[in-house]
Amino acid sequence: MASVCFYFQVHQPFRLRRYSVFDTDTNYFDDYKNAQICRKVAHKCYLPANRLMLDLIHKYEGRFKISYSLTGIIIEQLQAYAPEVLSTFHALAQTGCVEFLCETYYHSLSFLYSRQEFADQIRMHRNLIRDTFGQEPAVFRNTELIYHNDLAHFVKEMGFNGVLCEGADHILGYRSPNFIYHPPGVRSLKLLLKNYRLSDDIAFRFSNQDWAEWPLTAPKFANWVSAVNGNGHTVNLFMDYETLGEHQWEDTGIFEFLRHLPNEIFRHPDNNFKTPSEVIESYDAVGEIDAPHMVSWADIERDLSAWLGNAMQSNALHELYQMEKMVKQTGDPDIIRDWRKLQTSDHFYYMCTKWFADGDVHKYFNPYDSPYDSYINFMNVMDNLRSRCKQTAATLV
Amino acid sequence: MKVLMLGWEFPPFISGGLGTACYGLTRAMSRLGTQITFVLPRPVTSQYASHVKMAGPSASGKISASELFESGEFSNVEFRTIDSLIQPYQTDLSYDELLRQMGKSLGLKEDAIKELLIASKLGLSANYGENLYQEVQRYARLATLIARTEHFDVIHAHDWMTYPAGIAISAMTGKPLIVHIHSTEFDRSGEHVNQMVYDIERQGMHYATKVIAVSHLTKNIVVNRYAVSPDKVKVVYNAVERNGSFMDATQMAIKKHEKIVLFLGRITMQKGPEYFLAAAKKVLEVMDDVKFVMAGSGDMVRRTIEMAAEMGIGHKVLFTGFLHGDDVDKIFRMADLFVMPSVSEPFGLVPLEALRNDVPVIISKQSGVAEVLTHALKVDFWDINEIANKIIAVLRHPPLSTTLKEHGNFEVRKLNWDNSARQCLEIYSSTMQPAPV
Repeated sequence: MASVCFYFQVHQPFRLRRYSVFDTDTNYFDDYKNAQICRKVAHKCYLPANRLMLDLIHKYEGRFKISYSLTGIIIEQLQAYAPEVLSTFHALAQTGCVEFLCETYYHSLSFLYSRQEFADQIRMHRNLIRDTFGQEPAVFRNTELIYHNDLAHFVKEMGFNGVLCEGADHILGYRSPNFIYHPPGVRSLKLLLKNYRLSDDIAFRFSNQDWAEWPLTAPKFANWVSAVNGNGHTVNLFMDYETLGEHQWEDTGIFEFLRHLPNEIFRHPDNNFKTPSEVIESYDAVGEIDAPHMVSWADIERDLSAWLGNAMQSNALHELYQMEKMVKQTGDPDIIRDWRKLQTSDHFYYMCTKWFADGDVHKYFNPYDSPYDSYINFMNVMDNLRSRCKQTAATLV
Repeated sequence: MKVLMLGWEFPPFISGGLGTACYGLTRAMSRLGTQITFVLPRPVTSQYASHVKMAGPSASGKISASELFESGEFSNVEFRTIDSLIQPYQTDLSYDELLRQMGKSLGLKEDAIKELLIASKLGLSANYGENLYQEVQRYARLATLIARTEHFDVIHAHDWMTYPAGIAISAMTGKPLIVHIHSTEFDRSGEHVNQMVYDIERQGMHYATKVIAVSHLTKNIVVNRYAVSPDKVKVVYNAVERNGSFMDATQMAIKKHEKIVLFLGRITMQKGPEYFLAAAKKVLEVMDDVKFVMAGSGDMVRRTIEMAAEMGIGHKVLFTGFLHGDDVDKIFRMADLFVMPSVSEPFGLVPLEALRNDVPVIISKQSGVAEVLTHALKVDFWDINEIANKIIAVLRHPPLSTTLKEHGNFEVRKLNWDNSARQCLEIYSSTMQPAPV
């Protein structure tokens, strides 16, 4: 039996506007650019992809299944800038073939710095998904699939029964990502590991003409999936939703590939599609995954270095979370919301100097010319936010 | 391969980046086994003349490099000097000063010197004395004489003052001329170009078989302003010497109470000193414990000092005058940040030296060096708010400074003169191959 488990990440940050040290107003975010990018991605990716998914679900009468994780801030932006996208997500939610996962509302790295804030944002997101799509999320995915043994324990306590994480070689060893595992000491929580080879074949290599397997066709890919039969239960294909139409443009044939994929998958009678919750329901854990170090799905290192690789990134993050108490004590919803929007991991990703000279995926949707500019901008905003907190605290006394 | 190189400055006789670039380039070429004869117009007087063994002031003194430099790295370089008044970045004022010094050294009385000056003023053009033009021609004549006694395969001329010499020698010997553009009249004078200098530059570029530009920025000027075919212009970036000098503990940063922001270069229109001051004023509105140091000489020193006073920041801006050798190293060790707000900078070597000395840099986008440095903060020279914003960020946030230093220092190590020298050698070879039929 081989189940294909699709999960798509849907997320856009609130990008900051150019904020100089001489600026004193509290409009930190670039509404114009955020609206522009949101609408662009909606038209190139979200709308056509959602329509395609709806078509496939109807065509296969409920046998084609997928899952999404929409961050709180993409839902806010879609409401404001592209409400038509949100209605197609509603339609998807009503098919019964689509599962919505839970994550931190602000796509934050709060797990690394503040468990209180982490829990708050999970609750916020869970409520949002319940209110928006009428589903109670049961499976958790952390920002950028950042995972650690402690995370498993923590989200178990919060009532989840499954977690998505990267099928990184250094936690799997010789083992296959195509089975279900459990964290050390927690048998009731199940781990779904990303099959990064097959996922990246679609997400990164699909249009790469230097790749030996190019062009990737639906029958070819379905054969690779079917080969898992007999030595695996599930093929977890986890990727950014923007893969469809943005990272891989429409003219690469990515939509046609997806349109034909279910039919090819179904050619093998043992294959099917399952949502993460169904996978957890259907299969037992075959072993234990020990992750004493942080794992993520980013870059080849699959660690935290994309957000915490240099002194600027760790400084910005530390200072941001150092403000937590001060921010929350103000009780000012605007201040708290701004502080949380600053937690979005993208801000720190822009500060990455790892691949700066080469230029690659880090540049995508990146509003800055250099990581230094992004750090300077971020610190200026944070300075202003800090002074707002102090002002409010002064008036409270 | 033998090269006849026509230059106008060389350490220790330098007033800017050109001499440093010639030094680095010839040293690397020498290492690669290229024979070089370097023809140099030696300034008449220099306080540094006593520090090196220069042969007597004969019209064409011949000095092997080993007499000048201890390292032995210049084993393949021979210097020929011409007693000339030419100095780079020359203006009327400094030319007069030179004349005056020459007169004094000859023991002339003050009256006689004045007469000399008045005489030299006759028939002056706006910026450059007729005498300067004559000097250029004199250099050309004497360099031609030197060329007769030398054997070489190519002629490599650095900047406009040597072009007439290069053209004459090329015409005489039939050897290919390569002109190297370290700066153009548009960089030095903005839109108020000196027609005579422009004409000489243009003539040199058009006569030359190949033109070497120090950046794409400069190449664009050469192509657009001098109407040179883009195919003929090759970009060879400058680099920085690797002294391999790991600073020992005693040489670590000098202790001080205040942050120091450094401007280092000629204080002249091209380098944008007024933008540095304007940004300084903005910074001082927000921070107090900062000093701004302006190191260098130039025709705008007095105006810049006055400007600082008028802005009310005179007590926060220090002027050091022109710095040499050890003093440059010292000022780098004191500095927390180097700022180069150049209006037009063909390349800009100082940021590389700053980074080599672990000083983070802010450079103008209107500079050639911005093409090769990624780990530098880049600004438009006119955007004083942004310059101030970035200065404050570097001074306030140590992690920014650390990251810039670490990556910048690494990046600078990759820019070495051997690469530049090799590219020049390739260009030489291309001029000597017969054109395909």
